[in-house]
Amino acid sequence: MDLAKLDRVSAFEWHIAPRAGMHVPAVIYADEDLVGDMDDKVYEQVTNVARLPGIVTASYAMPDAHWGYGFPIGGVAAFDPAGGGVISAGGVGFDISCGVRTMLTGLTRTEIEAHKVELADALFAKVPAGVGSTGRIRLDPEQMDAMLAGGARWALSHGYGEPADLERIEEGGAMQGARPELVSPKAKTRQRDEMGTLGSGNHYLEVQEVAAVYDADTAAIFGLSLGGVVVSIHCGSRGLGHQIGTEYLRDMAIAADREGISLPDRELACAPINSPVGQRYLGAMRAGINCALANRQIIGHLTREVFATLFPQARLELLFDVSHNTCKVERHKVDGEPRDLYIHRKGATRAFGPGHSDLPDALRPFGQPVLIGGSMGTGSYVLAGTAASEARAFSSACHGAGRRMSRHQALKTWRGRQVVDDLAERGILVRSKSARGVAEEAPGAYKDVAAVVDASDAAGLARKVAKLIPLVCIKG
Amino acid sequence: MCAKIVRLESPEPRAAPPAKSWEHFPHGADVGVRGLGPTREAAFEQAAYALTAALVEPERVEPKDEIEIVCEAPNDELLLVDWLNAIIYEMATRRTLFGRYAVRIEGEKLYGRAWGEPIDIARHEPGVEIKGATYTALRVAQEANGRWVAQCVVDV
Repeated sequence: MDLAKLDRVSAFEWHIAPRAGMHVPAVIYADEDLVGDMDDKVYEQVTNVARLPGIVTASYAMPDAHWGYGFPIGGVAAFDPAGGGVISAGGVGFDISCGVRTMLTGLTRTEIEAHKVELADALFAKVPAGVGSTGRIRLDPEQMDAMLAGGARWALSHGYGEPADLERIEEGGAMQGARPELVSPKAKTRQRDEMGTLGSGNHYLEVQEVAAVYDADTAAIFGLSLGGVVVSIHCGSRGLGHQIGTEYLRDMAIAADREGISLPDRELACAPINSPVGQRYLGAMRAGINCALANRQIIGHLTREVFATLFPQARLELLFDVSHNTCKVERHKVDGEPRDLYIHRKGATRAFGPGHSDLPDALRPFGQPVLIGGSMGTGSYVLAGTAASEARAFSSACHGAGRRMSRHQALKTWRGRQVVDDLAERGILVRSKSARGVAEEAPGAYKDVAAVVDASDAAGLARKVAKLIPLVCIKG
Repeated sequence: MCAKIVRLESPEPRAAPPAKSWEHFPHGADVGVRGLGPTREAAFEQAAYALTAALVEPERVEPKDEIEIVCEAPNDELLLVDWLNAIIYEMATRRTLFGRYAVRIEGEKLYGRAWGEPIDIARHEPGVEIKGATYTALRVAQEANGRWVAQCVVDV
């Protein structure tokens, strides 16, 4: 992106003043190198979002922003229904409520090392991953609707997980306002065999070591200590979410065409929040959120079963479960006044600061854990929401590294087997059914997640707490 | 929208796949699929091959089983997205890969056929699952030289 087109506010904040139909400015949080590396399409998309009706304060791009669909990936935007605000299926994405959950194991790397191969094999055998994989749970239509209404709470009531998990999941494990009856039979059919599956692409289950601690007090509250081992799971709402996204994007695009609404990009198709299509999407999308919460709850349970066999002394506690593809109603102060806004986060993580009423008691003084996934070879980060993050971007932070190379180019550059061998030499055991998938996900195909996290920290979006490096990685 | 039907209005199967006339184009995190052909139908078929190639080498897929797909949309571009999304849906719910396609378009309706076989992880080595076809870089048009192009980005 051409820096000359931006107003530099600070080393980590860049503005684009409203022009040509923009209702609000666009704001990019990133350092000069990250902004310079961003695709020109990010400029186009972040300014297009600023042109949508009812947008409040600004259209934001996080430090990991890249070319998405209508919205940039790494985009955040708030809409006020009272001001004609809209809801956008593209602003949530196909993988509704894709997110990360991190579980503490209470084990150390030393304890893991002796059984690492067995652990990798057992997790790979237990957690279905990759194209065409199926879960062991089949839901009849009634159970499917109950799952879509109840999310992780539904999973818990069916024996997956522990009651204490719920307060460590956004929305207490169940997104209110879900309308399972607005999820099409096709979307439900697509989910029929996919409960408790990881998916493919950049989704993973990793056993990770805490390799660095930046904020000792918060890390202690989060249960993270140097050399400690955690498990992180990155996945979403599987086929059901993809189908909801597909169908409502179409509905919104056709409705916009019919009503003569001129959109700068058809992918920005959206509907007024207070319209029949908007309300239908909201109900279906919330059901999609519950599907993702249930899915990660089930995979968390499968993970616990594996650890119970190999490490009977271990007790896996949930640190947190946070999504990065959502639209949620949140109360935020705008010009000093609290307003209920529809916050779209497309490839951006919610980052509530200290004192937020939605946080469980134990975490409230320290801020919400913000879980940032990296590539197989680099590592992931745990951050915490800051007091300043609400004013920055409605309490939002980055979500991951972002690709720097296309899948096609990655396939031409690496061989899956070689990637697995190279990582094994570094002590990282990769298990995947797909050599091609591993090559496409090679660590070198991703940007430097550390730079993205440092920029989020420096911009005040969230503060760094700990770094996690992979020991075992189950890929789709 | 697309629906499977049992009527046999779609084109006859071909003895061999048409010559490759598709390509992928880069999109940050995902994949652009582009089909080219002398007719709109041929470009739609080629876009479907490009879709298959986003997760598997098409020539590895045996065209054993046949399904029919019918789509209807108010314009060519939505029709392309519907066609690709219908294939994605059938791949996901049947756990099947498709290696050969045929398309006929009449007015706003597309009659398509796809031939494929159940996923065999070891033999097909599929890469990434495809979530959906998007409206990003979506274009169906006849170029000045008469050639048709049908393209969009698919989310993986």
